[in-house]
Amino acid sequence: MKHVGLGLVLISMTACSRTEIAPETSIPQNELQSGYAFLTAETQALQDDAFENPGFLWVDRGERLFQSVASTEPSCLTCHENGLDGVAASFPKLDPETGELINLEGRINACRTRHQGLPPLAYESEDLLSLTAYIAHQSNGDPISVDVSGDAAPYYELGLDYFITRRGQFNLSCQQCHTENWGKQLRGDTISQGHGNGFPAYRLEWQSLGSLQRRLRDCDTGVRAEPLPYGDPTYVAVELFLAARAQGLEAESPAVRR
Amino acid sequence: MMMAKTFQLDRRRFLAGSGSAVLITSLPQMSHASEADLLRARTELFGDRTIQEGRVTVTLPPIAENGHSVPLTVAVDSPMTETDYVRQIVILSPRNPLPLIGQFHLTPRSGKALVSTRIRMSGTQAIQAIAEMNDGSLYSGSMETVVTLAACVVL
Amino acid sequence: MAAIRLAVPDTAQRGEVIEIKALIQHPMESGFRRGSRGEVIPRNIITRFECRYNGALVFASDFQPAIAANPILTFHTVATETGELEFKWTDQNGEAWSEIATITVT
Repeated sequence: MKHVGLGLVLISMTACSRTEIAPETSIPQNELQSGYAFLTAETQALQDDAFENPGFLWVDRGERLFQSVASTEPSCLTCHENGLDGVAASFPKLDPETGELINLEGRINACRTRHQGLPPLAYESEDLLSLTAYIAHQSNGDPISVDVSGDAAPYYELGLDYFITRRGQFNLSCQQCHTENWGKQLRGDTISQGHGNGFPAYRLEWQSLGSLQRRLRDCDTGVRAEPLPYGDPTYVAVELFLAARAQGLEAESPAVRR
Repeated sequence: MMMAKTFQLDRRRFLAGSGSAVLITSLPQMSHASEADLLRARTELFGDRTIQEGRVTVTLPPIAENGHSVPLTVAVDSPMTETDYVRQIVILSPRNPLPLIGQFHLTPRSGKALVSTRIRMSGTQAIQAIAEMNDGSLYSGSMETVVTLAACVVL
Repeated sequence: MAAIRLAVPDTAQRGEVIEIKALIQHPMESGFRRGSRGEVIPRNIITRFECRYNGALVFASDFQPAIAANPILTFHTVATETGELEFKWTDQNGEAWSEIATITVT
């Protein structure tokens, strides 16, 4: 075992930074499985319990924030009085005002700065997590459905490129774990397919709710690569690629993950 | 290098390589209590009073995939009447940094001596619950859970 | 603003044993973890939970650092009379959060 491990390290050190794997990285539609499928029965039960799932602490709080009025500015509810059913399942998407790709967090902050006269909220702040969770939860059960055509296509390509590129001291790409080796054991875990359909999600490891970008940063750190900063456009592009790769899978935020 | 073009991870290499690297970087640096600490905590709480095994049922999942939040249920066989009830339930660990996990205080108005919460477990261990009855008698029960290690530990 | 979730039946029959669940948003920082620079993250935990039924203490709990983040408790009480159940959590510094549920007993 020892020399095999050493061998991988040596190969890692000398391998080029890009894999030559064909860009066919998708998992066939009939094999798509949410991260839920890779959890123990107890963790699945926690997600399924609409009271005990701790993610709902953030959903509840997000609902209050959504309705609250900051000074004289409109609340979220003022514009979105019918809620945002199914909206989160179509993010990330192009922002019609700037032409740039934005995720749900970016869209919430755009509303704040453009329509509410409020400063943007920081990534992983309790308020942004809560609003994101409240809005994402309204897409629960809806199929992930993003548009990667037209001006979104270059973002998709950027996300795909990140996904298949080896990085970090381990010299591993996302693809190598989550497309080529899902379902296999890695220490005590079963490797998932790496979908983002449950995010923002309550991770037992975090003991908190967290964004998909926090998860991406953990994956990058896990392979001993330098994670990108929160909100980095490349991570938003990865979110788009992940959503396209999970197209059709049901959204299930707030999910519970390991 | 040519290998990079054709190199495909097989399962064994994948597991051996990534597993060993993760282990090196994730050696925990936490202090652990021991069985002796658990016994000391028991003595601090109950002196040298006799603790009988039985009447207390501890339920934990057989495997916990993360030690940060493990569901725990404790049931005590008691009629929970004004004259015969559980006064408190104490939860103890032989392996956490502190042996005492928590205490539940019940009354005849609890109706049923059945309590659940979620606890932290720093590794595989047998969690012990001690019930103190209103007459001062003590009963205990325990259950062991395997706490598994995650694939990618980010410290 | 700690979010609190309570599960208490709206109605119950007199003498019925009812199940109660109480969940609060709190990190329950154990004091045993270290940050990315090796510094100890200070302990910050809830230490006490109490449930009062029309003012009478019916259940309480003392928490240590091994109670999981966002602590949840499931316990029971006998439905005795129509009124209020008060749930109160107090942290190590004395800061407290509480919430009330009403129950109709017939």
